[in-house]
Amino acid sequence: MDNQLYMSSSPHVHSGETTQDIMRAVIYALLPACVLSIYYFGLEALLVLLLCTAGCLTTEAVCCVLSKRAMTLSDGSAAITGILLALNLPASSPWWLALFGSIIAVTIGKQVFGGLGHNPFNPALVARVVLLISFPVQMTSWTSPTPLGHGLDALTAATPLGEMKTSVMLTGQLPASAHSGFSDYLIGNMAGSIGEVSALAVLLGGLYLLKKKVITWEIPASYLGSVILFGGMFWLIDSQRYPDPLFHLLTGGLLLGAFFMATDMVTTPITRSGMLIFGVGCGVITVLIRLFGGYPEGVSFAILLMNGATPLIDRYTRPKVFGRNPYHNINQTPAQEN
Amino acid sequence: MNQKTFVGGVHPADSKHDSDTKPIEACPLPEQLIIPLSQHIGAPAEALVKAGDLVFKGQTIAKASAFVSVPIHASTSGQVIAVEPRLHPCGKMLPAIVIEADGEDHWDPSLEGIDPAQWTGDELRQRISDAGIVGMGGATFPTHVKLSPPEDKLIDTLMINGVECEPYLTADHRLMLEQSDKIMDGIDILRRVLGVKHTIVGIESNKPDAIACMAKAGANHGIQVQALEVKYPQGAEKQLIDALLGREVPSAGLPMDIGVVVQNVATAAAVSDAIRLGRPLVERVVTISGPAVAEAKNLRVRIGTPLSFLVQQCGGNKYEVSKIIMGGPMMGQSQLSLDAPAVRGTSGLLLFGEKDLAKIEAGPCIRCGRCVGACPLHLLPATIASYATLGMFDEAEAHSALDCMECGCCTYICPATRPLVQTLRHAKGGILAKRRRS
Repeated sequence: MDNQLYMSSSPHVHSGETTQDIMRAVIYALLPACVLSIYYFGLEALLVLLLCTAGCLTTEAVCCVLSKRAMTLSDGSAAITGILLALNLPASSPWWLALFGSIIAVTIGKQVFGGLGHNPFNPALVARVVLLISFPVQMTSWTSPTPLGHGLDALTAATPLGEMKTSVMLTGQLPASAHSGFSDYLIGNMAGSIGEVSALAVLLGGLYLLKKKVITWEIPASYLGSVILFGGMFWLIDSQRYPDPLFHLLTGGLLLGAFFMATDMVTTPITRSGMLIFGVGCGVITVLIRLFGGYPEGVSFAILLMNGATPLIDRYTRPKVFGRNPYHNINQTPAQEN
Repeated sequence: MNQKTFVGGVHPADSKHDSDTKPIEACPLPEQLIIPLSQHIGAPAEALVKAGDLVFKGQTIAKASAFVSVPIHASTSGQVIAVEPRLHPCGKMLPAIVIEADGEDHWDPSLEGIDPAQWTGDELRQRISDAGIVGMGGATFPTHVKLSPPEDKLIDTLMINGVECEPYLTADHRLMLEQSDKIMDGIDILRRVLGVKHTIVGIESNKPDAIACMAKAGANHGIQVQALEVKYPQGAEKQLIDALLGREVPSAGLPMDIGVVVQNVATAAAVSDAIRLGRPLVERVVTISGPAVAEAKNLRVRIGTPLSFLVQQCGGNKYEVSKIIMGGPMMGQSQLSLDAPAVRGTSGLLLFGEKDLAKIEAGPCIRCGRCVGACPLHLLPATIASYATLGMFDEAEAHSALDCMECGCCTYICPATRPLVQTLRHAKGGILAKRRRS
């Protein structure tokens, strides 16, 4: 055995799960929502999905070349940003809106901070909010879903949350749609962004991520739980003015946000207790914006605000180091405590 | 089966099936034995022999040089041919006594066994110290030191570690199956020395046969056997105590601070040999395994046997070897060559080929938090590693970097394949260097 031996310090084995595996699992988990969106919105949705994904991948490649760093396309993060951005856009988005959003997401959202792992805010949400503020008309022209083969022209329509906001502002009362239509919301038969229409498809992807242990339960559970509790509290106070928890849960981008955006590892806390705080913060802010804010939907803003609070949350949720807990100790005298 | 465990840890593939059904075989006598003077934690032993001296098997050839030190014994009879620096498994050239075997393997006739019931704890402890017994799980801490708690430390529990949580290793597993009575006898002697009645044996539940065997043998001795969840590092002292008793060893403290002494099953067996037969620690069971070895085996090996000789006994290597590990794959040391000898802490020898080694480049941290969940000491490995990389050792210390026991769970689990525990070692070194300077 005269060949070269590898010398390294322990450990000498690895779990085998890599960053690429995680990213690939997230892409798989997003597929049901993508497929259903194409079913409901047809080629328009497919086009937006392709434009955003290609746009993000191209921007990432250009950034790598310009900054003279190794190509990072294979880590899969740019593709996820592209898909998530597309799912956050209306199906009727013009091509330039999708491309501009992609460039913003990858450059301002990620690469200026140093690429994957260094961005403080979720890149897809940064782009969505930039687009929402810059191009409010294009970003809120929703079309009703027209399932493939029905041969109908798309009709413009308000999202359930938009309808609710307008109705409450004008009449102080919930619209009729807020009391019914849950089966439509569940399967996605409502107006909205490409990816937020079907609660079931998003839920399926989210459960897949939990099953594969790519994400942990803390953030989705605390986010959704706090929306149900906090939103439900208002509903109990005045059910004519405030929608019930199920309406909150199934409409808008809540499920997409809770399973796919609020669980973005880079921009959320690393400790279990920090994740719970993060999720509750997202839930409370989402409900506040939905019920009292200027925008009908608050998921994007809620997650971005909590992204900003993440370093602070991490700082105050450091786990108690083993051996520093008060415990039963037959030999410890009070003097040893400090 | 009720399985206890601790918070954190990882689940590496246990890879024990190549050797866990192989009975312990006696390894033949090599021509030469290389016996390092430093095989334990503490001061190296001082050589008592010189080139040309004839020695018996079991004869003391180096004496303990401090309280935290142990004597070293000849592991066969023959002639000392050199006392000189030789390659040590740690990778350095360190003083060693080289013995050419005479092939007779004659025990020192002055060695005599005793009946422990006739002797006091202090006398037994002295015999254990004279026999050179150290912790055989791999840490090699002198056993007599662990058996000498200061008077203000009340010990209420003796814990016996049969966990063997490192992948591939089956030496303790086989020992528990084949020599459970000897282990129980050793435990009785340890209990006598410590004056402790309450004893728990902890064994991972992937060894149901060993659990059954030890429970049967322990029934007559009033010794409790507890199954533990299969999880690395279940056999780490602090995690074992936490799992079995729910007590946390204080940071920077010792098990005796919370009334516990932990001993490995192989150490208990060695204690029995030292007392009943008068035989010092001159051999141990080593698992030779890994994907590149022709036939995995559990061998009873004389201390000082060259590693190359052990590989020969297992039929050599199936294909070209690219990495040699002494110990387990999670905490073992990679070896410079097979010229180094087996020492008292050698629990395993693993051979890996090029194709068995995952060569992966480290990517950026994606803050997934897997290292945080895996750390059995509840540290933030990624955060400490970032500070250490930037040379910010004060911040690393403030994040309890010195509590790290270097189990390697963080590096094992990191999807970005970052060298986290390696960077934590760097941080610990940096913090200690800074302390020495000031």
